[in-house]
Amino acid sequence: MGMTMTQKILAAHAGLDHVEAGQLIEAELDLVLGNDITSPVAIHEMEKMTVDTVFHKDKIALVMDHFIPNKDIKSAEHCKCVREFACRHQITNYFDVGEMGIEHALLPEKGLTVAGDVIIGADSHTCTYGALGAFSTGVGSTDMAAGMATGKAWFKVPSAIKFNIIGKPKKWVSGKDVILHIIGMIGVDGALYKSMEFVGEGIKNLTMDDRFTIANMAIEAGGKNGIFPVDDLAVAYMQEHSSRSYQIYEADPDAVYDEEYTIDLSTLEPTVAFPHLPENTKTVSEIKEDVAVDQAVIGSCTNGRIEDLRIAAAILKGRKVKKGIRCIVIPATQSIYLQAMEEGLLKIFIEAGAVVSTPTCGPCLGGYMGILAAGERCISTTNRNFVGRMGHVDSEVYLSSPAVAAASAVTGKISVPEELGL
Amino acid sequence: MQAKGRVFKYGDNVDTDVIIPARYLNSSDPAELATHCMEDIDKEFVNKVSKGDIIVADKNFGCGSSREHAPIAIKAAGVSCVIAETFARIFYRNAINIGLPIIECPQASKGIENGDEVEVDFDSGIIYNRTKGTEFKGQAFPEFMQKIIKAEGLVNYINGQNA
Repeated sequence: MGMTMTQKILAAHAGLDHVEAGQLIEAELDLVLGNDITSPVAIHEMEKMTVDTVFHKDKIALVMDHFIPNKDIKSAEHCKCVREFACRHQITNYFDVGEMGIEHALLPEKGLTVAGDVIIGADSHTCTYGALGAFSTGVGSTDMAAGMATGKAWFKVPSAIKFNIIGKPKKWVSGKDVILHIIGMIGVDGALYKSMEFVGEGIKNLTMDDRFTIANMAIEAGGKNGIFPVDDLAVAYMQEHSSRSYQIYEADPDAVYDEEYTIDLSTLEPTVAFPHLPENTKTVSEIKEDVAVDQAVIGSCTNGRIEDLRIAAAILKGRKVKKGIRCIVIPATQSIYLQAMEEGLLKIFIEAGAVVSTPTCGPCLGGYMGILAAGERCISTTNRNFVGRMGHVDSEVYLSSPAVAAASAVTGKISVPEELGL
Repeated sequence: MQAKGRVFKYGDNVDTDVIIPARYLNSSDPAELATHCMEDIDKEFVNKVSKGDIIVADKNFGCGSSREHAPIAIKAAGVSCVIAETFARIFYRNAINIGLPIIECPQASKGIENGDEVEVDFDSGIIYNRTKGTEFKGQAFPEFMQKIIKAEGLVNYINGQNA
């Protein structure tokens, strides 16, 4: 029986010729990731271990991104704990204020994630790196601690769902619409414990930023990982960003999948997930009554990349955020921030009446930098719209692409760019 | 190893944001996290829960964030076991790794109501609903995970391997 792309990567890292779904394996890790919320717990766990060194100081990434620049004293204590740990163990890839970015945008940009890697991260959106053909998955802090100590992790080999991508997306339809459509179709546990393997000729019509967005939200369908084949575009991205060697794995022709779906990109429309689950999707054209919003957030590990900002800027250029609406734009990394500045995007945002923040996860998880009051609504390019996710338990988050979020900031209700004559 | 307690019953897709809202993640102290456990889905939970009580839920319990703070908060609140139709995979790993017993059992999830008195035997996987006099068989852990559970968590397991 053939293996899926994910199974091949796991087999190679477990020193096995063949693995099957359901098999328990121990795999060598290429990278172990943590952030300012999950790392302190992991560091505390590691201190209980009889090992007192990390397995490899270059293969651990500690990214301060959730509550920094420190939002309060407790967050400051957490960051201090991680900073001291990074210093004590001479962690090469420690990213603090000034160098940091939102982890899942930052690590590929820094060239730390490449095709064929096995990566664990104490952050659920670690699945993002599947866009480059890596196996990457979210774990908790204790797994992170064990990973940092031993360089290994146990996995149950996942079965897979195959998504055959065909066609070309229409204008203003992006990776976010693709993944929201898929989650709406299969549900928030539709890929529970499984790999989501994206294949097909339509992938060439998805940019790298689209693919990062799609892989990023595999977890919102319960997936263990999301993964793309490595094509010329992915190779070009890795060559531009990384000096590490990469390994390309392809699924066997006779690989077995639990389910197969065909996604025709040309039929997709701008899609929004209504509260309080990412599976509650509607296309904007299906929304019958106006949904007024109080805030628009454009950013996060899902949609804070340069292409996302370009799309938002194309819509906000020469327009104004509607009076009474707060529009918050958060470039995901320092490099993206700088690039947005050089391209004149920041000027467009500020002139439109949006605010531009330093990179942070902040509002996405209701941390800071855009918390909602009771009864308020936000259209957001982030990844979760659970109860209380961005603030008060009676607030609401609607998930969308940057195009829809930017257009909605101008009209004050959930809108597509076409409503602005675009 | 056994658990015995009163049931707090919840539905599908109980996410980690309602188990422990991110506004409290500036702390990693289990006792402090426990005071906010389930706050955004059940404000009364922390006032009502007693040591040994059991959470029963429908499918995809613990979906969302990888925050280990979620099973830590549940355990520190005194909960002895979580039974669900299915668990989100990161929550599942985290619960095992910190030594919070969890059992997948669709029948138990359907056959147990809020306030029922329930007993769980982890060795046999038997779940007994004392209130209704019904019995269910939960899914046993694979041997590999049993070793981690017997060691009372991943850290002890690794320490044992290195000893």
